[in-house]
Amino acid sequence: MTQPIRVLLAKVGLDGHDRGVKVVARTLRDAGMDVIYSGLHRTPEEVVTAAIQEDVDVLGVSLLSGVQLTVFPKIFQLLASKGADDMIVVAGGVMPDEDVVEIKRMGVREVLLQDTPPDEIVQTLTRLVAERGER
Amino acid sequence: MSRYVPSSELVERAARGEVPAIGRLISRAEAGMPEARGALATIYRRAGRAHVIGLTGVPGSGKSTLVAALTARLRTQGLKVGIVAVDPSSPYSGGAILGDRIRMSDLVNDPGVYIRSMATRGAMGGLARATLDAVDILDLGGFDTIIIETVGVGQDEVEIAKASHTTVVVSAPGLGDEIQAIKAGMLEIADIHVVSKCDRSDANRTLVDIKQMLTLGAATSAKPEWQTPVVGVSSYTGEGFDALTRAIDRHRDVAFGTASGSRRQLAIARFRLEKTAENLLIERFAKAAVTRAPALAERLRRRDADPYSLANELLAASFERGSAHERDHHRPPHFAEDHW
Repeated sequence: MTQPIRVLLAKVGLDGHDRGVKVVARTLRDAGMDVIYSGLHRTPEEVVTAAIQEDVDVLGVSLLSGVQLTVFPKIFQLLASKGADDMIVVAGGVMPDEDVVEIKRMGVREVLLQDTPPDEIVQTLTRLVAERGER
Repeated sequence: MSRYVPSSELVERAARGEVPAIGRLISRAEAGMPEARGALATIYRRAGRAHVIGLTGVPGSGKSTLVAALTARLRTQGLKVGIVAVDPSSPYSGGAILGDRIRMSDLVNDPGVYIRSMATRGAMGGLARATLDAVDILDLGGFDTIIIETVGVGQDEVEIAKASHTTVVVSAPGLGDEIQAIKAGMLEIADIHVVSKCDRSDANRTLVDIKQMLTLGAATSAKPEWQTPVVGVSSYTGEGFDALTRAIDRHRDVAFGTASGSRRQLAIARFRLEKTAENLLIERFAKAAVTRAPALAERLRRRDADPYSLANELLAASFERGSAHERDHHRPPHFAEDHW
């Protein structure tokens, strides 16, 4: 029996745009995943702590405020220092193409921007977890 | 943890309070991973220190918010608090939105608090199948008090009372006459009644209603060492939490220091035993049903046989030697098939 994929969807910083992340939460729920939503205005520390306590397969960070180059280095540093470097991190939202390249270089596995079809989000997460294997 | 860490090693890490190990063990318990069963057995034998508080109530009664406020109080007493918050899985997709954590965000930066969200995944009764495993893991991890928050319940999801040392039932004002229906199911299981949202003007009515219901049953109450208190709280103003914390402290003394407490602990063990057996039965039955039910259903449709005979056939198939479920790795160790 396959287990539901566990996902933490997080909003970090002052970004108050959560319509998109709620649509994604609903989409993943309807695809049979366990979705934990952080709520708005969380710090990278809070998000990483929650992701580790919840032992999620995927940490998805939604950003529409342009702070990706500040937030992701912090998140990866915290994950590594807390012994959770096997966490799959994905990003969503709106950001410039050059930032997409940059955060992928930092370790973000996929960046699913605002025009990504819901099915593709589901397929991407499913593929990433399958590639990782059992843990 | 980039490589696969054996569960036996995770047990030692969890015992030292390492949060990633605790989190991973709970995931493996939830997945029912055969590799983890030995570790869970070790954990069960080593656990048993923690005070387990079950908190239940109707959806929207303020359970998660109350757990957060209560936990903050328990932290001032120096107690480490583990929280397992259960939310429902979709009956259609099997997925879930686990939202209890949002109400507890003030606690996230406190290393003395661990919060785990858990989906019911089809389990009835208000708990998820792995909830009590998670409690044991947190107990081993050094958490002094473990709060189980059930799903928002209706009338008969009362398993929490059979699994916790102290059961807190949360009622909210403003449910009007519907409160009567809740009382009929929940009155018996509460060790402590809480009326939430006491900053609201109609809260007093609810408090009085519950107190009066309790006096009606006083003569037949089977709890000689304990008078069920009714506490009004407001997570918004902070009112009532001193009284609630005191009531919980007093009940912990009853749970761990009296004859009725010992009886309760035995009842908890009995429930755990029967529930685990029930889950093993369901697991075997579900596997047999996948392969056998289609053909049996076809015979039933043709009226070749009656429902009882075919159901018995299906049950018998659940315990056949050499059937599909015997060969796979999900078989629990030491399961005494010969006795079936």
